[in-house]
Amino acid sequence: MPDTAQTDRRGFLTDALRTTGGFALVGAGGFLAGRRGRTELKVWQLDPDKCTACGNCATYCVLDVSAVKCVNFFDMCGFCDICTGYFETNYWSLDTAAENQLCPTGAVIRRFVEEQSGQRFYEYTIDGPLCIGCGKCVKGCALMNGSMYLQVEHDRCLDCNECAIATACPAEAFYRIPAEQVEILKQSTIGILERRGRHRVRTAGDDPQLRSEGLSLLARAAAQRQWRAWQEEWDARQQGEEEPSGS
Amino acid sequence: MAASEVFANPRSAARASRFLPAGAAFVTALAALPARASDIIPVPDFTDYRVPISVPPAVANPAWEWLSVLLLVLALGLASYLALVRRSRRGLYGLTIASLLWFGFFREGCVCPIGAIQNVALAGGDPSYALPLSVLLFFLLPVVFTLFFGRTFCAAVCPLGAIQEVVAVRPVQVPRWLDHGLGLVPFFYLGVAVLYAASATGFVVCRYDPFVAMFRLSGNLNMLVFGAAVLLIGVFVGRPYCRYLCPLGAVLAVCSRTAKWHVRIAPTRCTQCRLCESSCPYGAIEFPTRPLPRQLRSAARTRLATAIGLAPLLVLSGSLVGGMLALPLARLHPEDRLAERVLLEDQGQVEGTTDASEAFRGVGHPIEQLVGDVLARRAGFRTGGRWLGAWAGLVVGGKLIFLAIRGKREDYLPDRGRCVSCGRCYKYCPEDQVVLGDLRAQAEYEAAEPAEVASQ
Repeated sequence: MPDTAQTDRRGFLTDALRTTGGFALVGAGGFLAGRRGRTELKVWQLDPDKCTACGNCATYCVLDVSAVKCVNFFDMCGFCDICTGYFETNYWSLDTAAENQLCPTGAVIRRFVEEQSGQRFYEYTIDGPLCIGCGKCVKGCALMNGSMYLQVEHDRCLDCNECAIATACPAEAFYRIPAEQVEILKQSTIGILERRGRHRVRTAGDDPQLRSEGLSLLARAAAQRQWRAWQEEWDARQQGEEEPSGS
Repeated sequence: MAASEVFANPRSAARASRFLPAGAAFVTALAALPARASDIIPVPDFTDYRVPISVPPAVANPAWEWLSVLLLVLALGLASYLALVRRSRRGLYGLTIASLLWFGFFREGCVCPIGAIQNVALAGGDPSYALPLSVLLFFLLPVVFTLFFGRTFCAAVCPLGAIQEVVAVRPVQVPRWLDHGLGLVPFFYLGVAVLYAASATGFVVCRYDPFVAMFRLSGNLNMLVFGAAVLLIGVFVGRPYCRYLCPLGAVLAVCSRTAKWHVRIAPTRCTQCRLCESSCPYGAIEFPTRPLPRQLRSAARTRLATAIGLAPLLVLSGSLVGGMLALPLARLHPEDRLAERVLLEDQGQVEGTTDASEAFRGVGHPIEQLVGDVLARRAGFRTGGRWLGAWAGLVVGGKLIFLAIRGKREDYLPDRGRCVSCGRCYKYCPEDQVVLGDLRAQAEYEAAEPAEVASQ
């Protein structure tokens, strides 16, 4: 019965191959999953300190309306009457008419807050759904305080393997950051956040809610410091590695 | 409480005078750019307005991903059941459409098991990258299913396969030599994709995914044109992406060869009626072999021996050639191109600046660091290129050995590597009509015209 012998041999071989393949795959998967336990999940985010507000975020994102949107960091905002992030540089008149606004979709909302010795202060908030992440206001605001900056919204971001904006970003401002960190703050705002957190904890008294708010602000700032430190350490290590090969 | 709540820069009072009256502010502000941190306008001391805290952006909801993993398991199970047990082409086609709608158009083609190869490769190459568990499962599940049931994933679960399955209406047979030759491309592509992913350079499979732009109903023009071209070719050449590009197809083709249960054309016995011969749009049906004439046997043996002897040479020469490809391989990395651009600008060989070079100069990193980075990466790609070349040599050598081996088949059987279990051949097999479903039709036919049937 040579035929049966041959089929048996072939069957045995495929069985062996399948079993080995299966074990190898599941083993490798288990190894990678185990290693995963020691690192964190990552998401895309952009570093506003590197961002040049070139406008690629609005056009390159695979979503019709980009996952990148503008944020106004109020603690850095001057609440200016004439906001360079709100008005065109050659504005026609100082009102909220569309032709005077920088924002092409009217997503920056200007609200009067109060008047002090003839100076009028306005609050500028971003209407999330309207914002397309073009960064026009960011570029404008950078002339003054730079409180407006772009961030990736993770509930909209598809978390593509190959982020189309990251590939197109001329400033290489896109990073994969730990998912819990959520944001990348400007370095100049970390201190402000810390001060505000400490202030809140100090003045909380025995209000547990205010206290926990203050603590969460401190935690937010600490996460930023940690990430910046990692980033510096990483850069230093990269440089350290190059020096021997460069010389 | 409100007043104490006001948070302001301690120096705010001193700076308040700097806040210019409305009219002049604009011009002065423009003149004073770029604003340094010390020049910023402080937050005013409001009397009864709380400066809001800006909240971090919203976080993603992982439920969708896990729902997709669950649906992937269900779809794989259903596809295997429909292909192997029910042998229902109609059922498979229905599932294909459902997968196209869910994994393709609704989930916008991401996460997909083809791209997941790269995540796994990156996790292998970069220990700091955390591989999401759902993505790992998206890679493992189709492979494990294929090890047992053949390429049922390709048949009715993969959205990229599905969109091509739908348009394959006038398929022609690709000549065997061309099919074998082009069939090597996915293996090379797999090697390139793994190299680029593991070296954290980029995810090329996602970047050059021809259909993702269609699933998302938006994308850049080049990719839309490429996708449309693949679909147009797909009308005449069945599943061109799956057969001649898809890197996961390469992995699954190998796994499928050891499948425990695999699609058979004839459910029980093949009568060699030859009806199924040209039924496969993907050229996956192997004909029964005739025993080789005695005088040709030694020639076949020599060919096999030559192929086996040639394989190590191919691997070696491949790695030599691959090492020389370091430069073109490294150029895919944007930093490589940036360094070149910056150097050319410095030497005055090009005019103007690009967004990237402007941003680089704006950040103020030393150019030596950039060049050092780039040179280190190029050195890394020399090693990577050798591996890639060796892999290409191995693939070609393996293919030659495989072609030199003559399998022994008595029936018409699907080639386990190339067959995507689409089930088109089922309805061509008369045995199938008898054994399954259409027994009833037969009975009805006989009942309706008993005299005619009896007379035959």
